[in-house]
Amino acid sequence: MTELELELEDGWVEAELAEEFPELRLLHARLDVRPTRSPPEVRQRLRMLADRYTGGKVVHMRQDPVPWAYRVFSRQVGIDPDHDRTPVEAVALRRLKHGGLHSENIVDDALTIAIAETGVPLIALDADRVEGELGLRLARPGERLDEMRALSSRQLVVADAERPVAVVLGEVSRDAGVTPDTNRMTLCALGVKGVPRISLEEALWCAAETLYTDASA
Amino acid sequence: MRVPEVLDRPAVPAGSVVEIDERAVRRTLLNQVARLEGELASVFLATWPRTEMPHPTVAGRGGGPRLLSLAELEELRDALAARVSDARSALSDRTWVEDQNRRLIEEMMLEPERHRWRRVSAEDIGERGCKHWHVRPRFGIVGMLMNWWRVVISSGCPLAT
Repeated sequence: MTELELELEDGWVEAELAEEFPELRLLHARLDVRPTRSPPEVRQRLRMLADRYTGGKVVHMRQDPVPWAYRVFSRQVGIDPDHDRTPVEAVALRRLKHGGLHSENIVDDALTIAIAETGVPLIALDADRVEGELGLRLARPGERLDEMRALSSRQLVVADAERPVAVVLGEVSRDAGVTPDTNRMTLCALGVKGVPRISLEEALWCAAETLYTDASA
Repeated sequence: MRVPEVLDRPAVPAGSVVEIDERAVRRTLLNQVARLEGELASVFLATWPRTEMPHPTVAGRGGGPRLLSLAELEELRDALAARVSDARSALSDRTWVEDQNRRLIEEMMLEPERHRWRRVSAEDIGERGCKHWHVRPRFGIVGMLMNWWRVVISSGCPLAT
């Protein structure tokens, strides 16, 4: 088994956004790994993770410090977290609705495991389709996430040097998302007030370890 | 809690011109929204597992995650404060009814003949499950004729068919 090395980088945050949310941050790491089918160990881990959820735990999740911090942030940026669930609550709800966490592919499974374990929202991008440094900013007038989806004015986005690549706590652009042809990925973790940096690091490490499960087997 | 209670208003001398520091106002509003979201979560948890009660929710502002204007932040804060107040009030009413039902169960146990055929379920006292307290006659028709009554405590949900 090869030893995993992860170089964590802090993304830039636009001044106006940093002034409004001083503790908002984007931590990202690049991984030389290709998306594949999930190996049995990962599927087993998903099953074990699903077994830890109960109705009471999910209901009380909103008062746990990290999920609560993302609920508050959602509310502060105009999202109703009871309608558009934060990623960790979305995973929990998916578990309750479907009776388990079903494996999709190594990337989605790695994100699901890391989000469920740490509560931190993560996204995966195709590193070769990201131009320059990643960061957080407000959408500019008339800007689009990709050809199909228009962004509303002053929407919070994850962007590279050229264009938005994802909506904060939302969708990833089709132009920058991971596809079966992806050779390298960039994992991004969103940090908000009340979530220590170490939680973001833990989330990235957790996802990276899962992604490397197949490669190291 | 009403809106004025959550406002932190500095005292301003009458007639003076006040320059508003929008950054400070926004910071205060964001903190209030955070506090109210916490209170909303507390009320939500306090209502659980009462499934028949409306969930205290406040709709999103639309347009995805974005930097809200000052007016939108104020609207959001007011909506949250109103919702917390409504939810607390509804919960208070509900718990009062549940207290009455608990007292009724005690009375049923003490004097079942005064509460003939009365039935109180676990849901009526804010608990989960299918348990219920039912005042029934002992020995069927004989108990009815002799005024022999008792409380039958039934527990366990019927098996799914």
